[in-house]
Amino acid sequence: MTTEVRDGLRYTRDHEWLRAEGDEGVIGITAFAADELGDIVFVELPAVGRKLEKAGSFGVIESVKTASDLYAPVAGEVTAVNEALNASPELVNSDPYGDGWMIRVRIDDPASAAALLDADAYRELTAG
Amino acid sequence: MPYGPHTADDRGQMLAALGIDSVDALFDDIPASVRASGLDLPGPEPELLLARRLEGLAGRNRVDLASFLGAGVYRHFVPAAVDQVLSRGEFYTAYTPYQPEVSQGTLQTIFEYQSLLAELTGLPVVSASHYDGAAATAEAVLMTIRATGRNRVLISRAVHRHYVDTTVTYLSGGRYVLEELPTADDGTTDLDALERALAEGEPVAGVVLGQPNAFGVLEPMAQAAALAHAAGARFVAVVEPVSLAVLATPAEYGADIAAGEGQPLGIAPQYGGPYLGILACANELIRQIPGRLVGRALDLDGRRAYVMTLRAREQDIRRDKAASNICTNQALCALAATTYLAVIGPHGLRDVAAGGAAAARKLERALAAAGAPRIHGGAYLNEFCVRVPDAERVHAALLERGVLAGLAMARWFPRDAALRDALLVCATEVTSDDEIEKFASSLAEVLAASPAQVAA
Repeated sequence: MTTEVRDGLRYTRDHEWLRAEGDEGVIGITAFAADELGDIVFVELPAVGRKLEKAGSFGVIESVKTASDLYAPVAGEVTAVNEALNASPELVNSDPYGDGWMIRVRIDDPASAAALLDADAYRELTAG
Repeated sequence: MPYGPHTADDRGQMLAALGIDSVDALFDDIPASVRASGLDLPGPEPELLLARRLEGLAGRNRVDLASFLGAGVYRHFVPAAVDQVLSRGEFYTAYTPYQPEVSQGTLQTIFEYQSLLAELTGLPVVSASHYDGAAATAEAVLMTIRATGRNRVLISRAVHRHYVDTTVTYLSGGRYVLEELPTADDGTTDLDALERALAEGEPVAGVVLGQPNAFGVLEPMAQAAALAHAAGARFVAVVEPVSLAVLATPAEYGADIAAGEGQPLGIAPQYGGPYLGILACANELIRQIPGRLVGRALDLDGRRAYVMTLRAREQDIRRDKAASNICTNQALCALAATTYLAVIGPHGLRDVAAGGAAAARKLERALAAAGAPRIHGGAYLNEFCVRVPDAERVHAALLERGVLAGLAMARWFPRDAALRDALLVCATEVTSDDEIEKFASSLAEVLAASPAQVAA
């Protein structure tokens, strides 16, 4: 079963997506990741203001069977977190690219987004 | 499913599947220098001789003493029903309830245990239990550190000495700071010192007080909780469960976490264990509480069922991100506590607490008349310290006369001059007037005698 890969977003090998708008970015996990994890029960998100390193862990996502780190696609500073996930972690399963977003960041180096996988490359990665 | 041990054939098949010749190969990574070379044990004995040998050992235990020893472990009357329920094979040998389909009985009793402790503490979240009061206290302290992101914890010197020591061990490694708060003359924790400690230095993650405290004295918990919260710290109450029937509950005085020793609930003193670690917390800390949580749910057919829940908190799933390495509970001891509480009920528990308090007041009067007055002025429930010159020697002399005169406080506070001459004594609903009379008269004898006569 193939899960949705949305065009226009950038992707990491660890299954995070990034929607970059200049030096602002929104980050979440892909439908593939949400599907692999199963029903999400909890998302531990960082505090606003936290500085993130590229590929560093910015939180933990918990499903009924596992707990996994969330990795930052780019370095930057957290400017907002999706509070709705506190009461409704299942949004990550139902709308991973929309209402299931996790954090907003101010990206240190906007050019670094281009180094990530595009939608086609990510489709290839998750097809095999 | 057979419960017999592996046969040689079984072992042979497994070795073949692994591609090795002997089990020893599995331990190749362990250096020879640290490997044990057999155990120096006697050979097998016939059951009759073995029983005799063990009875001989057991016979060295003193079971004849008039005991006034508390200090965290309390003798209560345990109804016969407790043993009957515990001894049922379904409970006695049951394993961890990982499969709810075959563990509904165990899971239900744990759920009931959690529910009863939630009623007693007033706190909505109760774990399935920990090893003992010391472990529970240490885990509570770690919870305050995780919840606040701070590294400094204040603990009253009047929290049970073993719990403080265990917490020190849990926090060892250099990153955390555990400071002891002094006590005032009346035996309560010095709130001025607490206020100063909160105002100066690194921000405090948690403040820990015992109720009753290790001197038996009742602490100003609500005030201490308010001071802690004003400084952004969490408040931990280390509680004795029977006392919760008559004292204000941790929830009522604003505790975020309650830890304690569940032994007084239907478990005999047992010379030190096994015991029962109680840990309860407010709802907002539910993801920080370590240990099992059992919840009530519905199965596919809509029938009530019990399951372990919020499992992803636990270390077998969360691994290095877990709050604690605990992946068990004291299921049988929790069952004893559950059965005890169910059998005696809330009124019964009040009677137990009140009975102990009444006996303790008789004890206080008798000991004061015999020459050993209370040291502290603070209120107490059923345990208190009395002044006795050269307490350790007197304690030994009383033991010779068949009285276990509580705990010589010098054992917990070796460098405290005032407590060198102190005995911590308690009474419960099983303490008889005769026992009190025996203690008082023996004490009077010992105090009147010269040191030479006492030692005889």
